[in-house]
Amino acid sequence: MSARTVLQEADIARALTRIAHEILESNRGAEGIVLLGIPTRGVTLADRLGPVISGIADTEIPVGSLDITLFRDDLSRHPTRSPKRTEIPDGGIDGKTVVLVDDVLFSGRSIRAALDAIQSIGRPAVVRLAILVDRGHRELPIRPDFVGKNIPSASSERVNVRLKELDGVDEVTIES
Amino acid sequence: MRHLLDTRTLDRDTALQILDVAEDMADTQSRQVKKLPTLLGKTVVNLFFEDSTRTRISFEAAAKRLSADVINFAAKGSSVSKGESLKDTAQTLQAMGADAVVVRHSASGAPRTLATSGWISAGVVNAGDGTHEHPTQALLDAFTIRKRSFGPDSRGHDLSGLHVVIVGDVLHSRVARSNVWLLSTLGAEVTLVTPPTLIPQNVSQWPARVMYDLDAALSAGPDAVMMLRIQAERMHAAYFPTEREYSRLWGLDAVRAAGLPEGSIVMHPGPMNRGLEISSEAADSPRSTVLEQVTNGVSVRMAVLYLLLAGERDDERREVK
Repeated sequence: MSARTVLQEADIARALTRIAHEILESNRGAEGIVLLGIPTRGVTLADRLGPVISGIADTEIPVGSLDITLFRDDLSRHPTRSPKRTEIPDGGIDGKTVVLVDDVLFSGRSIRAALDAIQSIGRPAVVRLAILVDRGHRELPIRPDFVGKNIPSASSERVNVRLKELDGVDEVTIES
Repeated sequence: MRHLLDTRTLDRDTALQILDVAEDMADTQSRQVKKLPTLLGKTVVNLFFEDSTRTRISFEAAAKRLSADVINFAAKGSSVSKGESLKDTAQTLQAMGADAVVVRHSASGAPRTLATSGWISAGVVNAGDGTHEHPTQALLDAFTIRKRSFGPDSRGHDLSGLHVVIVGDVLHSRVARSNVWLLSTLGAEVTLVTPPTLIPQNVSQWPARVMYDLDAALSAGPDAVMMLRIQAERMHAAYFPTEREYSRLWGLDAVRAAGLPEGSIVMHPGPMNRGLEISSEAADSPRSTVLEQVTNGVSVRMAVLYLLLAGERDDERREVK
């Protein structure tokens, strides 16, 4: 088993800054943007991305979290998972531009579950997807709007995203 | 979790997990769309050999909010009244493909028999058996106490340092038994107040203090007072002289309710006998959690069904609790 590092601390910071600019560009400003992180590391990334966008646009960006556990289609294939917190910022998501934030995009099934979860909460004007690492191998017709880095990988490999707040270090590694 | 049969053998971590998942379920119940797709394709059978309205509809609501299919089976008007045995009934449900069976039975231990006999592979939830236990009621009571004490920060908290007084017919009450075990597992101090004729024989082995004088117990300033229903259907002997005497000595009247400390709550599992064990003033006061208990009951039962049914089923694993 060998692991190689594909993104380091400075790379992750640069990627988030670029994504922040892209989000503002595609939305033509900060109006109506709501960031929703998907637990666990998507929430951490959303918490970082929010202030970056706020800093550029000079306006507060609401950041929340969206648990998808209860909407997954693979619950019976794994030991029981405990749901995580869903926190929708004040002001809700109706008519807003919701940007889903997650660490790795793989099969696309988590995002499918997230879209269902959003539907039970409200009706955003637009839903976008921001991803730190796109590793390919999609099983559903889902694609990201903002990507930190495309990392072609074999489906047998493991992509690990580690973030300082949870793991003490900022890095993305591939184990094969 | 394979079955939920009692709270006596429920460990602290599992109990807290159920309460924490119930918090998540409660959060989903304030959304525009309350229905979750989580248990789509699972079948939950409500097998009720004893009358119950609120527990059955609470389980039914919980299962439906999680998108499970619900089959209600009431013993009245069914083949049970024609003399079918528990075993044959159970095997019929098995053949229909039940994933979980919620059972209420007048015989203590019937749910355990169902769970351990090997007749069915479904998960079994005890919804009240005889005078034994009613675990989901205790869980929703613990959830209600925790919610009132810690508010939005309830997750992860146990009940240590809290004092709960349970008043009434402890002898016949499965609610009291389940609460004594669960609340003490979660660290609460439990005091039972009951007429001497309605004390179970083995109460000295319970993790609870027993008192006969309600006013003395209330003067200690409990955090929660739980009034038990006087169960007329189980009163086959003269346990107390008259209802009026019971009400005067062990009922929560307006004066006693008003004397409770600020922030302490009044609980009742329902259905209430107003004017007997609880006065209307106490039942309708802001301290009363009677309706919150009903709402929380759905969340807690959603959590139990989720933990029972959502994960991978390993049929090799035979947890004998």
